[in-house]
Amino acid sequence: MKILVCISKTPDTTAKIAFTDNNTKFASDGVQWIINPYDEWYALVRAIELKEAAADTVIHLITVATADSEPIIRKALALGGDEAIRVNADSHDSFYIASQIAAIAKEGAYDIIFTGKETIDYNGSSIAGMVAELLDMPYISLATKFDIAGTEATINREIEGGEETDKVALPVVVSCQKGVAEQRIPNMKGIMGARTKPLKVVEPAAVEALTSITSFDLPPAKAGVKLISADTPEELVRLLHDEAKVI
Amino acid sequence: MSVLIFIDQADGQIKKSSLEAAAYGAKVAEQSGTSAEAIVLGNITDDLTSLGKYGIKKVHTVKDSKLNSLDAQLFTKVIAQAATTTGATVIVLSNNFAGKSVAPRLSVKLKAGLVSGAIALPDTTKGFVVKKSVFSGKAFANIAINTPIKIISLSPNSYSFTAGTGSAEVADFAATIDAPKVQVTATNKVTGEIPLSEAELVVSGGRGLKGPENWGIVLDLAKALGAATACSRPVADADWRPHHEHVGQTGLAIAPNLYIAIGISGAIQHLAGVNRSKVIVVINKDPEAPFFKAADYGIVGDAFEVVPKITAAVKKLKGI
Ligand SMILES: Cc1cc2nc3c(=O)[nH]c(=O)nc-3n(C[C@H](O)[C@H](O)[C@H](O)COP(=O)(O)OP(=O)(O)OC[C@H]3O[C@@H](n4cnc5c(N)ncnc54)[C@H](O)[C@@H]3O)c2cc1C
Ligand SMILES: Nc1ncnc2c1ncn2[C@@H]1O[C@H](COP(=O)(O)O)[C@@H](O)[C@H]1O
Repeated sequence: MKILVCISKTPDTTAKIAFTDNNTKFASDGVQWIINPYDEWYALVRAIELKEAAADTVIHLITVATADSEPIIRKALALGGDEAIRVNADSHDSFYIASQIAAIAKEGAYDIIFTGKETIDYNGSSIAGMVAELLDMPYISLATKFDIAGTEATINREIEGGEETDKVALPVVVSCQKGVAEQRIPNMKGIMGARTKPLKVVEPAAVEALTSITSFDLPPAKAGVKLISADTPEELVRLLHDEAKVI
Repeated sequence: MSVLIFIDQADGQIKKSSLEAAAYGAKVAEQSGTSAEAIVLGNITDDLTSLGKYGIKKVHTVKDSKLNSLDAQLFTKVIAQAATTTGATVIVLSNNFAGKSVAPRLSVKLKAGLVSGAIALPDTTKGFVVKKSVFSGKAFANIAINTPIKIISLSPNSYSFTAGTGSAEVADFAATIDAPKVQVTATNKVTGEIPLSEAELVVSGGRGLKGPENWGIVLDLAKALGAATACSRPVADADWRPHHEHVGQTGLAIAPNLYIAIGISGAIQHLAGVNRSKVIVVINKDPEAPFFKAADYGIVGDAFEVVPKITAAVKKLKGI
């Protein structure tokens, strides 16, 4: 079994969000980068669990990013990947990134390609579906449970107000969220081992981006909270009805 | 030329998020002087001519039971055929669960740039620029789509619309349909309740409620308002509430008209899922709770005393 896990880096969830260059660039100075939580906690950990259950499983990690993301990919290796591939490119166009991943995936003939549900910075939720279409593979989005028996996967995915269970033959692309696995913390052995695991750097394939970010805006500041006394909660209901007009 | 809107359904009924996509798509068509057409897959019980009320001129239906449940690969092929036949230059979908599966595939298939989770109409004064929320609601990005065909998936509850009058023409669309690769073996969802992702009013509880046995006050208020219920992550992690109610950075991101947070501190990761709500009400006994900074209305007080009184006032207002 060969599994490819897509790893991206994002600013820490508490990072201050600001922009430079006339609001066209994210101000990354001093920002702490982390592995995108969905990729680390769910996609990667589920791959590791599958390897623990079937020792002949091979896990490759892929990231499309510049060299400054190497600490992130080393951490992912410390958690459990066998080797990593970094496509040396910097892009926020989902089609561009997906095309790079698909090019590598085509070579590797993977049975399962795992991604996170979405990146918590650009919130595209698009890469996995694009990779699947580029490879002509089925895609199950927002999985909450993933199991395999032989060459068939049974996957629960989120739908409006609940879940559905899908069965699909491998190979498959799956985007992972909460439920698929439980977060793990890398141990010392993993961290030491990660230093010598292969991290291959490849140059990107020539692909044209389909979109471009023209600018960023920050949301308008809130006017400030209107406090209502705990003795007169009915006043809140009146305000929601008469003033905010939401009920 | 046309704007093509993908209308998705559950159990034969059109989803509300798709009606919103229809109204949005019709507006985009009006902006660009073309007509809005819709594609509906699978067997539908709803009256499709009524899509005319949202500005749709023509509805293409593919009534094949293979399309009753989602197979993103299959759906993409059929929608792409409809896009080609109708000469669509813009394709609109809701960024709901089906939309998230289909839109990226369609983008590749048609070599059409995608903005997922749009929150406003495109700005066509200079190119074709679509606004979406990024950094988990902490900022917006304006994204130019640079391809001849454009795809927009609309974030649910971002576009306000009302039903007008009008009736859409409905016609069968002959499509090539492959064998599905995905087999749906079970669905498990709450029935008779408003799905959180589509709800306009949401009442949410956090660890301040102390335990699942105390959820009655949340449910009563939600029922009186006709609201969906949500919760913070530790509450779902502790199995006090089902996982699909978890909102925030790692849960569902919602944008209801009203979000009432009861006993939730307002951690940045929680706010990430709810900060696009139009009106936020916070009920917390700690006046220093960070959530008050993000709130429109607040009550500093004990939820167990305050919430039942709010429920009573709502009932009185509604005469129930
Ligand atoms: C990477 C990452 C991702 C995360 N993702 C999410 C996410 O998606 N969603 C999420 O919710 N959290 C998320 N978290 C966790 C988040 O940081 C907070 O820990 C969590 O939101 C706190 O939940 P809470 O507000 O219910 O509980 P607490 O922080 O314990 O707050 C309870 C609140 O209840 C109040 N209270 C107590 N008793 C009463 C009473 N009787 N009446 C009224 N108020 C009372 C208290 O004053 C307090 O403010 C994430 C964390 C990380 C690190
Ligand atoms: N630059 C990247 N390199 C590798 N994988 C990525 C990259 N960007 C996104 N992904 C993967 O795709 C998932 C969804 O990202 P997105 O579609 O951008 O929200 C992430 O959770 C990652 O698993």
